Amino acid sequence: MSQHTSGLAIETSGLVKTFGETRAVDGVDLAVPAGTVYGVLGPNGAGKTTTVKMLATLLRPDGGEAHVFGHDVVREADEVRSRVSLTGQYASVDEDLTGAENLVLLGRLLGHHKKAARERAGQLLEAFGLTDAAAKQVKHYSGGMRRRIDIAASILNTPDLLFLDEPTTGLDPRSRNQVWDIVRAVVAQGTTVLLTTQYLDEADQLASRIAVIDQGKVIAEGTKGELKASVGAGSVHLRLRDPAQRPQAEEVLRLALEADVQLEPDPVALTARVGGGAANGQGAAEQAARALAELARTGVVVDNFSLGQPSLDEVFLALTGHDTRDAHDADDANDSKDEVAA
Amino acid sequence: MSTATTTETKDLAPVRADSLAALLVAGERPPRPSALSASLTFGWRAILKIKHVPEQLFDVTAFPIMMVLMYTYLFGGALAGSPKEYIQFLLPGILVMSVVMITMYTGVSVNTDIEKGVFDRFRSLPIWRPSVMVGYLLGDALRYTIASVVMLTVGMLLGYRPDGGVGGVLAGIALLVVFSFAFSWIWTMFGLMLRTEKSVMGVSMMVIFPLTFLSNVFVDPKTMPGWLQAFVNNSPVTHVASAVRGLMAGDWPAAEVAWSLGWAGLFIAVFGPITMRLYNRK
Repeated sequence: MSQHTSGLAIETSGLVKTFGETRAVDGVDLAVPAGTVYGVLGPNGAGKTTTVKMLATLLRPDGGEAHVFGHDVVREADEVRSRVSLTGQYASVDEDLTGAENLVLLGRLLGHHKKAARERAGQLLEAFGLTDAAAKQVKHYSGGMRRRIDIAASILNTPDLLFLDEPTTGLDPRSRNQVWDIVRAVVAQGTTVLLTTQYLDEADQLASRIAVIDQGKVIAEGTKGELKASVGAGSVHLRLRDPAQRPQAEEVLRLALEADVQLEPDPVALTARVGGGAANGQGAAEQAARALAELARTGVVVDNFSLGQPSLDEVFLALTGHDTRDAHDADDANDSKDEVAA
Repeated sequence: MSTATTTETKDLAPVRADSLAALLVAGERPPRPSALSASLTFGWRAILKIKHVPEQLFDVTAFPIMMVLMYTYLFGGALAGSPKEYIQFLLPGILVMSVVMITMYTGVSVNTDIEKGVFDRFRSLPIWRPSVMVGYLLGDALRYTIASVVMLTVGMLLGYRPDGGVGGVLAGIALLVVFSFAFSWIWTMFGLMLRTEKSVMGVSMMVIFPLTFLSNVFVDPKTMPGWLQAFVNNSPVTHVASAVRGLMAGDWPAAEVAWSLGWAGLFIAVFGPITMRLYNRK
């Protein structure tokens, strides 16, 4: 990574990919600083994977430009390939081969001699806790093990840039935490990571900057703090004992939190955003506590209370005025989104 | 997230962050492998797949045995007086026909394999681009060799006696394997071009049946109508069958060998680049 001077691992401008009538990626601009984890957050079908595939030289862009460490992904594809690794949404290893065979195969393809490839494979299996499964075919691996062998394959040669495309989708919380630990270890050694995810939680845990993408467009971009400030730090979810008290509770919350209160389909449930607007994300818990005290003082009986991070749904609601489900529904969603994006 | 239980029975060993860090730092990048080395590595992958899924050898063992037995006894009496007489003529031809038919499976395997995630990884590696496909065909060349040995063995049991001896037989098999390797680029093309396994199979049948049957494998073309003779005498399968027949009989059919290799070169020159174009676009 010597020739580039901008300090950017990835730089795209107006990146476009169309499949037939669909504009899967519709003018994406990204600037990913080297040495960081950059989160790309969006629902299914938002264009995350297509973007990653273009950056990893697997798909040719239909418009715009993309540079990885200063190298054009189309004209200097080989330069790019020697610097990046990809862990796809589905295990990017050969399921018919064993874990060890997969790593030796890739080691050989990366130019290691037979002995060095075997050694490196053994060390990686050891570090990833897969020594016992080394001689098993990958198709018999659990979801967590597949992720591990997949990431192990990606760091056979320490890449300058690692693409992780939804690395924890479908994993249980425990395996997910372990993948996060691996990602942190990789980044600590100086590798840049581009992480796509559907979970705000995950982006929050790992990424320093986040781009929110919807229907092929970046609709928000910034540090975690900036993004949260625009969305609100979290939401208070309340369940009352008596549905008759809900209008009263709604009024109290509105005054205490100075925020919109949503009435849920469940007649005893309400949701309110806290720490939104000008608030910087701090003090959400205090605001919520004050609201609770206020409810108690006015005699509203609260059975259940929780303060959570905004979900992807809430992020989308805040940024686009529609939730993620609408994102798949046709064109009426398109209109409302375009206004916000503009 | 600290609620994860420690009582789970089939826990994975933990990831060792310290050794992971050491690995990440230690890794120096070796120079990229040569085109040959990368191709051979992919060939090794194909052999590993055969090792793990030996059932896939069914089409290079049972199918060729069936072909030899079926045609020897079906046509033998009528065409040459007896199966034993006929196999002397038939075996090299049926060998060529069966192996050329077996090449068809390449398209199906490429088609199903290319959809898998591992191809994304292969395609994002800084290696000689055609090496994935070449490796594929190298693995297939091994399959063709197995099929040839199986058929020769069955043929010998039925009374086939090659006058060319070991040398002639080996030369015949080598020519056939080289031709099949080249011919298979048609299938890699179809495997990448067509969307489903079924359509690959369908198109392959349409190509392979006329090409193999309309040849001199079963009978001398002299009795055929003129227009058919024109096709048959110029078919690549006829050239290969004549060349293999000659080599195994101890002759040196220079013209037929040259024609066979010429066709092989043509197949690679035409379908190789088309395959790679499709592969890069996939």
